[in-house]
Amino acid sequence: MIAELGHYALVLAFMVSLVQSSVPLIGAQRGDAVMMDLARPASIAMFLLVGTSFGALTYSYVVSDFSVINVAQNSHTDKPMLYKISGVWGNHEGSLLLWITILVTYSVAVAFFGRNLPPALRARTLAVQGMITGGFLLFILLTSNPFLRLDPAPIDGNGLNPLLQDPGLAFHPPMLYLGYVGFSMAFSFAVAALIEGKVDAAWARWVRPWTLLAWTFLTLGIALGSWWAYYELGWGGWWYWDPVENASFMPWLAGTALLHSAVVVEKRDALKSWTILLAILTFGLSLLGTFLVRSGIITSVHAFASDPTRGMFILLLMGVSLGGALLLYALRAPDLKGGGLFAPISREGSLLLNNLLMATATATVLLGTLYPVFADALNLGKVTVGPPFFNAVFVPLMIPLVIAMGFGPMLSWKRGDLAGALSRLKAAAGAALLAFGLAWVLAGGALDDVLAAFGFGLAVWLLVATLVELAERVKLFKAPLAESGRRFARLPRAAFGMTLAHLGMAFIVAGVTAASAYKQESVQVMVAGQTITVAGYEFTFQGAERVEGPNYSAVKGHFGVTKDGEPIAQLDPEKREYTSPPMPTTEAAIHTNGWADLYAVVGDPNEDGPGFVTRIYFEPLVPFLWYGSGLMALGGFVSLTDRRHRVGAPTRRKVAAATAGAKPASA
Amino acid sequence: MSETNTQTADAPQQEPKGSGWGKRLVFIAPTLVFLVLIGFFVKQLGENPAELPSVLIDRPVPEFALEPLPGRGKPLTSESLKGDVSLVNIFGSWCVACQVEHPFLMQIKESGFVPIHGIDWREKDPRDGMRWLQKYGDPYDHVGLDPDSKVAVDFGVTGAPETFVVDKQGVIRYKHIGPVNAEVWEKTLKPLIEKLRTS
Repeated sequence: MIAELGHYALVLAFMVSLVQSSVPLIGAQRGDAVMMDLARPASIAMFLLVGTSFGALTYSYVVSDFSVINVAQNSHTDKPMLYKISGVWGNHEGSLLLWITILVTYSVAVAFFGRNLPPALRARTLAVQGMITGGFLLFILLTSNPFLRLDPAPIDGNGLNPLLQDPGLAFHPPMLYLGYVGFSMAFSFAVAALIEGKVDAAWARWVRPWTLLAWTFLTLGIALGSWWAYYELGWGGWWYWDPVENASFMPWLAGTALLHSAVVVEKRDALKSWTILLAILTFGLSLLGTFLVRSGIITSVHAFASDPTRGMFILLLMGVSLGGALLLYALRAPDLKGGGLFAPISREGSLLLNNLLMATATATVLLGTLYPVFADALNLGKVTVGPPFFNAVFVPLMIPLVIAMGFGPMLSWKRGDLAGALSRLKAAAGAALLAFGLAWVLAGGALDDVLAAFGFGLAVWLLVATLVELAERVKLFKAPLAESGRRFARLPRAAFGMTLAHLGMAFIVAGVTAASAYKQESVQVMVAGQTITVAGYEFTFQGAERVEGPNYSAVKGHFGVTKDGEPIAQLDPEKREYTSPPMPTTEAAIHTNGWADLYAVVGDPNEDGPGFVTRIYFEPLVPFLWYGSGLMALGGFVSLTDRRHRVGAPTRRKVAAATAGAKPASA
Repeated sequence: MSETNTQTADAPQQEPKGSGWGKRLVFIAPTLVFLVLIGFFVKQLGENPAELPSVLIDRPVPEFALEPLPGRGKPLTSESLKGDVSLVNIFGSWCVACQVEHPFLMQIKESGFVPIHGIDWREKDPRDGMRWLQKYGDPYDHVGLDPDSKVAVDFGVTGAPETFVVDKQGVIRYKHIGPVNAEVWEKTLKPLIEKLRTS
């Protein structure tokens, strides 16, 4: 009964989406306020209906109703409650329902928080959201209905893939989708603006918070996924350039570019058509990610059970929505009137450089991810593109980016003073050189260590340059300390958010550099009592025993870790054998001191003799990756609390007047 | 920076509307690129990669003897394929899709329905495959190491994972490209194995 209710609610939601995607659009064209205002109740109705449906599926999982195929295939009575709930989105159908639920949540948020939007823009934006929602509702109803029944119902379910039974991964998909789907807002705003034929500073101001919100969630989602891969896959790696990782990384890169170019539109009325294109492409890449994961065109560890008919449907959806938007772009964008001119060396110039590098990076990842598809289609054979390609192309793009991130915020709008900015960044350059030299000498001064030392130099450059910029803003040491404190308190939240996010990037650069250059690993067979030394730490294997968990049995190993005889940590990794479905997983044991991780994995008993296969890793600065991602997300949230986003957006005319007299360094 | 110049050209203040095809083309380019992309996807979706024929279907497996995995024993030779219907699975620790199908192979092994033999293909280090099996479980009966594709070429392997169905006489009867999953197993492999057993 509950499942049928959920199904019925989805059908109704589809009906409402037809209304939402047409009536307000016609209303906006005719200037009919009543028709335009229909968008609001329609999006509320959709939210309630889809919410009901999601609630119905969640209920079926919670009570383990195995007469629903989806529950029978993906859940099990033995499963802890957390994984019964996360099982809702641990499969294709349920995750699609989550996708739609988040989509309508964003729509209803616009209906509520967008009261100060011009009615026509709001109506059109919600209509476009309605079209996307309608398309996905049709997709779920026709090819992926999560409410199908099974008769007779089995006694118990198949269980959730044990790799996914993990707290980090339980929250990874919702975060990721809040990001992916959030970019639909930027897309809908862009299409609405193209229909209207008007893009101005006010438009950019309305789009930015939605983009920022999506970007922040996506940052968290990617970080959670990476963290999960790090401790669950048991290879001590945190990024594999796997197609599905790339699928989430591409919208992030494009979204980052969009955040920055929207600033230029808002402050200087330039880069308009480019920003519109980025908004379309960012969501397009989110759709592409969804397509790649679900179509089976590319196989990956993360891939859902793939099905060509579903693939065809998403392709159709992508073709209509993206193709339509791009066509509209081709027709309307040439007529968008650009505003402010600027010199190459200026805030706009540096943001444009950011955009070019980010866009190139996105294209690179896209090419690497899709190359196997192209090669196969052109009969060049079946190939895979691995980390060497991505590292070789991606890293060189990030170097100028990080350098520019240092001085970009120091430049003023329109025409910047590079010499002045550089002279104010003497401290940063000095610190970077010092870090480079120190890292090189400490590593032994060999030619091989130059690259890693350069990476540390870059991280320090960005760190110090960002702090110098902050210090200048608050006039640290130039004004009395109390005055600096007052200035800090009055600092626009958006500016402080940028500082935090850029600091986060510095941490990530340092973490990536250290983790790729100085990771140490040791794989061996050990018997109880044996000790090995990795990176100056002595790991003593104290043996292993069999333990029983709620829905698995495991081999649990014990390591005592000491350094120079002093006890440091006790590591107890497990190798689990889940019962439903049968599958082994690795639970690495990780000890962190905030700078580096000690990472131990226990494997199977040695077949030819006594002892166990063990793997020990020393992972320097990997925690910095999590600090960095955390700082970035924090920066996003802080920036969202900026007054400008809360105070009613000014009317278009006022904004235009304000931008004409834009002051430097007020981003 | 020439990029900036294109930008200033892109944002002129008094330029007449839609000046020339060159400028229009810039705005049409994204649509064109997108159409090409869609074309590729359609082609790839239409073509089911799992149905490529093997050159060796219905021919006996060539004579071979592969080295065992270090510390595992039970090497794969052409002799180990005779006597019962069996599956020969091409895998490698470097192969991501193999990881996807692995739990399902473990399920087949648990069921004891058919023996699965493995060819550990193109390992850089002969110990990698063994470590991989230790990590994810070992569904195989006999496993041979084939770092230089000596035997893989004879089987007509195009990529990993691939799974061959070999009959009692050691003749290759079917080749499945890509991960084996419940659907492939129920619809194709299992019925075929049952048929080969009775014939």
